Amino acid sequence: MEWIKQRDRAEVYLEGELDHCSAQSIRRELDRVLEDQSIRHLILDMGKMSFMDSSGIGVILGRYRILAARGGTVAVRNMNAHVERIFILSGMHQIIRIL
Amino acid sequence: MQIKNQMRLEFLSVPENEGFARVAVSAFAVQLDPTLDILADIKTAVSEAVTNAIVHGYGERKGLVAITALMREDGLLEIAVSDQGRGIADIDQAMQPFFTTQPDKERSGMGFSVMQTFMDKIQVESILGAGTTVRMEKRLKEK
Repeated sequence: MEWIKQRDRAEVYLEGELDHCSAQSIRRELDRVLEDQSIRHLILDMGKMSFMDSSGIGVILGRYRILAARGGTVAVRNMNAHVERIFILSGMHQIIRIL
Repeated sequence: MQIKNQMRLEFLSVPENEGFARVAVSAFAVQLDPTLDILADIKTAVSEAVTNAIVHGYGERKGLVAITALMREDGLLEIAVSDQGRGIADIDQAMQPFFTTQPDKERSGMGFSVMQTFMDKIQVESILGAGTTVRMEKRLKEK
């Protein structure tokens, strides 16, 4: 998983599939990025993600809670239409900005 | 109704099989030449049903998850995902959006909502202590 940091913002490039099976390792990698307490804003780039189901919603919401507790935000970008449907269905777009 | 094709798949309830199951069903459905959007809907719904069987049906213990898929001549695909796990005590409650028995594990509680949204029809049968079957239908082609 590639990521870059700019000031208080981390941009993470998610790849492959995000389901219940891969959720644990993706969650662990994201939390490793967020160990840096100076990061307040997380941008998840989904351009290289080929699949996501509702397990992905759990992972993103969990990271949102961590950052919200720091007064930060989570945003997503380059979602395909299918992932966006799951996103909107679960109401995630109300707390997580789609760039 | 005439059956065009039919398949049955059985695998152990390990998370590695979630990807295998959705790709297998998708490869089967491709025979009816559906759009990529429809295939993505099917893959997602199968992934949700199989994840439920693994996480909630069996939990810590292991068992077999079975998928049967039936393709009808009129372009309808019927999929059933079954486990012989613990069963669901209250199906209506389980199908409520955001309902989860495991909030501490960052589950979204959206599995059934995704299945309902992405498939044309869903029906859940469950017997406590005996298992659960989720039946779903998707029209792949107009009649």
